[in-house]
Amino acid sequence: MSVMKPLPRWADLILLPFINLCTAFFVCGIVVYIIGENPWEALLVMLKGAFIYPGSLGYTLYYTTNFIFTGLAVATAFHAKLFNIGGEGQAYVGSLGILLATALFAPFLPAVFVVLLCIICSAMVGAAWAFIPGYLQAKRGSHVVITTIMFNFLASSLMVYLLAGPLIQLGQQSPQSDLIPESAQLASFETFLGLFGVDIASSPLNLSFVLALLALFVFWVLIWKTRLGYEIRAVGKNQDAANYAGINVPKIIIITMTISGAFAGLLAVNEVMGVQHRAILNFTAGYGFTGIAVALMGRNHPVGIFFASLLFGALFQGGAELDFEFQSITRDMVLLIQGMIILFSGALAYMFNPALSKVFSRITKNGANDD
Amino acid sequence: MIDFFYQTLWALDATLRVATPLMLCAMAGIFSERSGIVDISLEGKLLSGAFVAATIASLTGSVWLGLIGAISASVLMSLLHGFACITHRGDQVVSGVAINFLASGLTVILGIAIFKRGGQTPTLSSGERFRPIELWFVDALDNVPVIGAIYRELISGHSLLVYVALLCVPIASFILYKSRFGLRLRAVGESPIAVDSAGVSVTWLRYRALIVGGVFCGIAGAYLSISHGANFVREMSAGKGYIALAAVIFGNWRPIRAFWACLMFGFLDAITSRLQDIDLPLIGEVPAQLMSALPYIMTIILLSGFIGRPSPPSAIGVPYKK
Repeated sequence: MSVMKPLPRWADLILLPFINLCTAFFVCGIVVYIIGENPWEALLVMLKGAFIYPGSLGYTLYYTTNFIFTGLAVATAFHAKLFNIGGEGQAYVGSLGILLATALFAPFLPAVFVVLLCIICSAMVGAAWAFIPGYLQAKRGSHVVITTIMFNFLASSLMVYLLAGPLIQLGQQSPQSDLIPESAQLASFETFLGLFGVDIASSPLNLSFVLALLALFVFWVLIWKTRLGYEIRAVGKNQDAANYAGINVPKIIIITMTISGAFAGLLAVNEVMGVQHRAILNFTAGYGFTGIAVALMGRNHPVGIFFASLLFGALFQGGAELDFEFQSITRDMVLLIQGMIILFSGALAYMFNPALSKVFSRITKNGANDD
Repeated sequence: MIDFFYQTLWALDATLRVATPLMLCAMAGIFSERSGIVDISLEGKLLSGAFVAATIASLTGSVWLGLIGAISASVLMSLLHGFACITHRGDQVVSGVAINFLASGLTVILGIAIFKRGGQTPTLSSGERFRPIELWFVDALDNVPVIGAIYRELISGHSLLVYVALLCVPIASFILYKSRFGLRLRAVGESPIAVDSAGVSVTWLRYRALIVGGVFCGIAGAYLSISHGANFVREMSAGKGYIALAAVIFGNWRPIRAFWACLMFGFLDAITSRLQDIDLPLIGEVPAQLMSALPYIMTIILLSGFIGRPSPPSAIGVPYKK
């Protein structure tokens, strides 16, 4: 086997992911074509639905907020070569932290503190839900992929039990909690910008978006600028080497999973404090799993994660538009697109590497001959 | 007493029906994982099998074409998994997640495109489904006390696929432990380099393991939609693939033990609905959610090594590079 020349950095970071993304969309386009619709039109409808219609950008950014949190959760774990599939469950139980914090602090603390404590508690409960799989992986050798899957189901059962039982709103049939007090509700962008006289279309976009951007920055500092981040990446690159260098590998695994869960838990801030103002059944709606696609596409880097989240935000919002415009394609298209993106940007990420590398070596060879 | 006897009989009968897809998927999981490939795409294969079975049975009216279609769809998914993580050495978990997404999306999109019923397939008539089979001598044995009832209620009267699933367990066990293919398959999950140096293709061996798994999952899918149920409903696999995965772990990657785990999980599922609103002595009323969470709780406890030590195949999850 000939030795493959590594791709230039820009090709590896931008060109290859771009080709993978295009392939994913191309295959989805084929499916749309097979079921008798025009893929190009579908794409245009989604773009319009995501960015052009009044309020649509707000919706897109609201979804983006969710994906930033879950994407960061998956990416944090990825840096230590851990696969956290449990973002869904961690985000789901994160809402319990908010409910708990509002019950404890809302009666006597001013709104600013209540909001801060709610945010901290949602992160902490999400973190606790990821701590156990992390601990079991580090100390008892049970694989985190399997345990986080199981913890998703546990979270789901627990939340159904709580929302239909102890936490149900009095006099209600549907499983949902009471409204959280107003002091714990986050202002929507519409209200917030209205204070400054700026008028925008109504959408669920709220101040959690700012929190998400902050989280991206914290993630960047944590992974690349702190000693802990260095240790996390060292464990991810080579556990034996990390161990030899004096890093306490089990401890890092547990800490990484805990931080990962904290990011996921913050999703509840957007949904519970920003939009629904209560915990409802299945408010996580698969965002946790989409985080996997976001992290893979964003290459575990904050900038990448932001744009990947924006893409998925646009897909989710634009996908909803498909329902209105087409007979036979619905928002379920988004599931397919996600699958394809995870397949081509994740599992088959390096499928085009040999071909691309051949093209590049030919170009450089020609360049050399010209001299 | 007689009442209790019949209650038990019905509970066991329900157990068998619920455990059937679990058994098939667990056997699929064992083949794949014993060859060294993590397979969390059992769920997706099950779902796509169910969809294709119901679709073809509804369009052609033939259960057999439905079954063949389900197996083909599931095997195709397996081949995709293999293409990603054997041929291209991609991450097996990522590939599995992708396949589960693809299955969720494709089944609904194609279902809407073909039938325009919001992702469901039309309800199948009894001729388009696997019917319950009355075994021999049911009437003759009716007069024998206890055994007659057990025979009629529990053993006889299931659809063909239930018996197929029950047969798959000893067959899987036989292939794994008594055939040359099985020996090599177990070897490739422990030490692919040893298998490779013996001149056996690691790639082809793992592909075959995945294909066998695809066949099992396909049958399980067909069972869901054209035997147990009478149509395809979106997300009808409802986590059964993951429970089967739990059963694989619970059974320590061995067919017979995994079979018992499937029966146990099936039993929990079967009695959940019966235990609702009933006060058990000492414990009180058990929430249904706790019952449905029990398989996962038990698997987590088992995995954490508090009951025995799980021994997964050594080379599991590691792509083989020559």
